[in-house]
Amino acid sequence: MFSFAIRRILQTIPTILAVVLLIFILFNIIPGSAISGMGEDGRGMDQRVAERMRKQLGLDDPIHTRFIAYVSKLAVGDFGTSFKTSEPVTTMIAKRIWPTLQLVFASMLFAVVIGVPLGFIAALKPGSIVDSASIVAAVSGLSLPKFWFGLLLMYLFALKLNWLPSFGYGDGNLKYLILPAVTLGVSPMALFARTTRAAVLEIMHADYVRTARSKGMSETRVVTWHVMRNALVLIITTIGLQFGSLMGQAVVVEKLFSWPGLGSLLVDSVTQRDIPAVQGTILVIVLFFLAVNTLVDLLYAVIDPRIKYS
Amino acid sequence: MRRIALTALFPATAVFSAVFALATHAQEPRKGGTLRMTAPYGTTFSGLDIHTSVRAQDGIWAKAVHRTLFSWDSAKNEIVGELVANVTTSADGVTHTLKLRNDAFFHHGRPLSADDVIYSLNRLMDAKKAYAGARWARFIKGAADVEKGTTPTMEGLKKIDDLTVEMTLTAKGNPGFYFYNDNTAIYPKELADTPEFLQKPIGLGPFKFVEHVPSSRMVTERFDKFYKPVHLDKVIIAIMSEAPARDIAFRNKEVDISILGPAQYVAYSEDPVLKTGIIEVAEVFTRIMGMNPAHKPFADKRVRQAINHAIDTDLIVKRLSKNKAYRAVSWLPLTSPAFDKDRKSYAFDQDKAKKLLADAGYKDGFEFEWTTSQNESWGLPIVEAVIPMLAKVGIKVTVKQIEASVLADTIRKGEFQAYIWSNQTGPDPLATLGCFYSTMPQQNCNYTTFKNTAYDKLIDAARAESDPAKIIALLKQADGILYDEAPVWFFNYNKAAMAFQPWVKGLQPNATELTHQYPELIWVTDQSPVK
Repeated sequence: MFSFAIRRILQTIPTILAVVLLIFILFNIIPGSAISGMGEDGRGMDQRVAERMRKQLGLDDPIHTRFIAYVSKLAVGDFGTSFKTSEPVTTMIAKRIWPTLQLVFASMLFAVVIGVPLGFIAALKPGSIVDSASIVAAVSGLSLPKFWFGLLLMYLFALKLNWLPSFGYGDGNLKYLILPAVTLGVSPMALFARTTRAAVLEIMHADYVRTARSKGMSETRVVTWHVMRNALVLIITTIGLQFGSLMGQAVVVEKLFSWPGLGSLLVDSVTQRDIPAVQGTILVIVLFFLAVNTLVDLLYAVIDPRIKYS
Repeated sequence: MRRIALTALFPATAVFSAVFALATHAQEPRKGGTLRMTAPYGTTFSGLDIHTSVRAQDGIWAKAVHRTLFSWDSAKNEIVGELVANVTTSADGVTHTLKLRNDAFFHHGRPLSADDVIYSLNRLMDAKKAYAGARWARFIKGAADVEKGTTPTMEGLKKIDDLTVEMTLTAKGNPGFYFYNDNTAIYPKELADTPEFLQKPIGLGPFKFVEHVPSSRMVTERFDKFYKPVHLDKVIIAIMSEAPARDIAFRNKEVDISILGPAQYVAYSEDPVLKTGIIEVAEVFTRIMGMNPAHKPFADKRVRQAINHAIDTDLIVKRLSKNKAYRAVSWLPLTSPAFDKDRKSYAFDQDKAKKLLADAGYKDGFEFEWTTSQNESWGLPIVEAVIPMLAKVGIKVTVKQIEASVLADTIRKGEFQAYIWSNQTGPDPLATLGCFYSTMPQQNCNYTTFKNTAYDKLIDAARAESDPAKIIALLKQADGILYDEAPVWFFNYNKAAMAFQPWVKGLQPNATELTHQYPELIWVTDQSPVK
């Protein structure tokens, strides 16, 4: 197990390097720069200052020189300095990672607590009202654009019912978290419901379940002992994948709700071509994704003893 | 030496909608309460060093925390002294003696001094840094030497006494037009270059910085030693880039003022309650299609005029801009003192357009590529509406769509045949029209590489003139040449609109940027839900 963990972690290194290279090349070859974006709203920019900025930021250096400088810093944990705010990118990320994690964890909690039981109940009673409702919820949840769904929630729960604030972070308290978390969580919730339903339905017809029943095992024990444990492998895989990708999906939700997370940072950094901030933010999102998925791989063995790591 | 009014070049010719009645003085301002503003132009502020910024977004918080030498008086529609109590100008109009007010204090308690002014303006030209505010400090004599690093202090800045600075410019000019810009704010010299300052700015403004939650909000609270009465206890600026979210927050009374986009402007204007709380102003921004004379057809004035005649501009303003714009006549906007109110905009006349094209040798039309961003007010939707109109006179358009952040660079480099953009065209009409001076580089602001000898002579004459009325007359003539030469399609002047809650008083119709409110003038009645 330990050697597998080490091997799994080592396997992420080429992925990280590939991501670093890809992000760097992409944001260094697309048109526009941190300087060109200045004055985009028609307010003039002093061209001599612009030239100095280009030199100061190293934008005129050859791409390989910039890459070597970037990787050298990255190797010692230095993500560089923001072109826009002159702050270290690590400081910017540190300020924003907690709100994003809050949002992602709350969304995941919502998605798991609603989605998994819904899928389970639907599978146990196929063709029932619950099953039909879960299918409708799953299809709707997966197809709803987050931006639009978020606006609908704002309209209903803030404007019409006046139960919750429509935007903002407050002091990080729960009432500000609910609407963005539900907006972000509705899509994984739908996916979990579908995945759970499909997994449970398949297992319910497996030979070992039939054998268990024929041996006189109670239905409750069949479900909890055989069905649930076997379904969990697939469900946890899905949860792990969604967990990682939610950080990336948070971009739209954070922008809509004025949530001070990595997503908001990423949006403005991309439009303003603040390359160090973009690179740092994307890298953190990728690292989070890899970490969660490595953790899921390790969890398999705990959930299902048949899975051996050699 | 003679004393001149700072406002001489800019008489009160404001044109703003009657929808907003500035009848806020009928009531006695109430002390206390919180104002909840919105910052709508992005998901972040650029940082907390306002010297680095050119974004309108940052000017919103800067008005609360910082102060500049001069400011914009929206009621008079002119530049006035802010930290400067009065100005004495030399006969040649180059040297200005600035007497600073003696009751201005920084938030850490120290009074303003001439040293802070000299330090801050020199800082803008720091050879090791690149501050956006250098654009304005460059007008001071010796700025280039500081920029080169040969001297730490500009020759054109001299301390006369603790509250007097002598400022010598590189040429005759009104320093008010340069040093009312937020990115020339005066900093405390002993703190501005400390790392703490970038996290917690200290200024001379009416509100002290309290907290910045990136991408979410900034909180400021009243500074009791500010030199004017301040009514509000607190100003909270919510960073909200999404218009529909702002709309819901405003209707839910979670924000007190909110800028309106075209779609919301229509909805609010038609709502019997909301329409009573809209402030409108013709901002100093002119939206145009610039034509590059390097593309052969555009080198002919008749072709450019034909384009102005071929487009039904009024229809576009009405249907696409939803009347949240004023039809443009020439380059200078309605709020400019040199705007010629007797001049008529190009008439929509496609027969005349065809004749002009035929006279120019383009009877069968021609093709051009139009570079645009996706901006709803001056981008792709407008281009798409214009294309069929131009097709009717034989002009075929291909669209090149690029990001807004790339557009500015593309235009400055001249890498276009035609482009559509919004240009700041005020408040200084001389500087605005100076962009079309023959020797003005394209990368600075002469984007259409305009050259006209008669025009240059008028600008030269205006630069040499001292009589404000004569300057205005010369600039009107220059703007007339631009109208006739039509280097651009004159589309519209931006009409900025902002919704406000009924308890908010003292908002200013700021033609330079409506979101830039001087918060010390604002107060809220006890109807405000935030106590």
